[in-house]
Amino acid sequence: MNEQHPSRSDGAILRVEGLHKSYGDNHVLRGVSMQMRRGETVVVIGPSGTGKSTLLRCINQLSVPDRGRVWLGDREITCKKQNINCLRAEIGFVFQNFNLFTHLTALANVRIGPMKVKGLKKAAATELAMDELARVGLSDKADAYPAELSGGQQQRVSIARALAMSPQLMLFDEPTSALDPELIGEVLDVMVSLAKEGMTMLVVSHEMGFARSVSDSIIFMEGGVILEQGPPEEFFTAPKEERTRVFLSKITELYGE
Amino acid sequence: MGFFAFAWSILPDLLHATRMTLWITSGSIVLGFLVGIFLALGRVYGPRPIRWLTGGYIQFFRGTPLLVQLLVVYYGLPPYLASLGIQISPLAAAIIGLGLNSAAYQAEYFRGAVQSIQSGQMMAARSVGLSRVRAIRYVILPQALRLVIPSWSNELIYSIKYSSLAYFVSLTELTFVGKKIALHTARTFETYVVVAAIYLVIVLIVSRLLWMLEQRARIPGLGVPTEHR
Repeated sequence: MNEQHPSRSDGAILRVEGLHKSYGDNHVLRGVSMQMRRGETVVVIGPSGTGKSTLLRCINQLSVPDRGRVWLGDREITCKKQNINCLRAEIGFVFQNFNLFTHLTALANVRIGPMKVKGLKKAAATELAMDELARVGLSDKADAYPAELSGGQQQRVSIARALAMSPQLMLFDEPTSALDPELIGEVLDVMVSLAKEGMTMLVVSHEMGFARSVSDSIIFMEGGVILEQGPPEEFFTAPKEERTRVFLSKITELYGE
Repeated sequence: MGFFAFAWSILPDLLHATRMTLWITSGSIVLGFLVGIFLALGRVYGPRPIRWLTGGYIQFFRGTPLLVQLLVVYYGLPPYLASLGIQISPLAAAIIGLGLNSAAYQAEYFRGAVQSIQSGQMMAARSVGLSRVRAIRYVILPQALRLVIPSWSNELIYSIKYSSLAYFVSLTELTFVGKKIALHTARTFETYVVVAAIYLVIVLIVSRLLWMLEQRARIPGLGVPTEHR
């Protein structure tokens, strides 16, 4: 996929160096380093409790890492002098549990960032938000409250909410794990089309089909470190690490091909 | 003179005094609301010294009798303010005393509502790029204020009745005027029945208004369904 976008591969859009994070005695991240080029889709897999979600949260500082540095382009996110709100606005985050604002309609959920962070006028923000809702196929649900939407629709609204900020990077934290099986497809479809449009995406997921067909690179995490990283063909057919092989065989048993 | 004729004859004076009761109530509830919100936010989101201070405030005002607080403010505050060159009326003193007390109770209701909101709401707000203050302003408070209406209604109804304590600082509110009429006419029982009826009517009207507010502010999926009330 990178070969198709040579112009977009200039320099790393995201750089993570030596990230450590503990919660009490639990040393969740034990020195994670990685980078992503613009337009890349990277999928992070691994057993639960190995720090995949913590990695995403440390990248946009929703959790503050104990050690290590993170750069978005040439700006250091972990630098204390950086205005973290500005940088977060450039990094979309999609949560496992959607976390749509309960008191706002779908439209208002998508509109709030452009209005209150970017300072767009209501009319302009509404237009933008309607465009983003159309992009995830939910124009007709603009006036619905989150409680009136299915899980899949809520997750699509939350993707639209992130997209409305025109992010440079999208982080997805198990975006389909809280969904009923029949609703997973509609969310994955949106993500596939985003990847095709050249959005830079870092995705924690157990959706092997998505990882195999869409990602440029797969990261296998265990015990708070990255054990293996490689392009999907290589990763699935000839994993280097024994631990990766064990995990892959378990996950294929569980989720099928 | 029969009861109704008597009631009718004292009604104008009592209704006049009711205006004072409404002033005291609305003043103290508004003051308590504003102070209460900041106390609750300080207690939930503030750094440790602020949490400690706001907690202490709440404990103090919930742990001492309202009447004593009112007397302290009424006799303590005006001379102190006078030394700074500020004059305040007895009404203002009563509103401040009752309002500061109400703030402690309202703060606890607000705190409960704020803490009942899932932590994911704040996280999502921050992830969009909202600062903490703006996340509170645009995401947390709009939800908390809706959730708090039922318990806050109690506080408003209490404060209507507590306004009668202003009697002790000689404000001519409903109970005070009732007492005077009772003395002058020697028809103590009938007078207080009318006074009680006026409080009851105010409370019923306010309850109805609060219920309408609750219905208007309802949002699907937020708070408890209220169909079966």
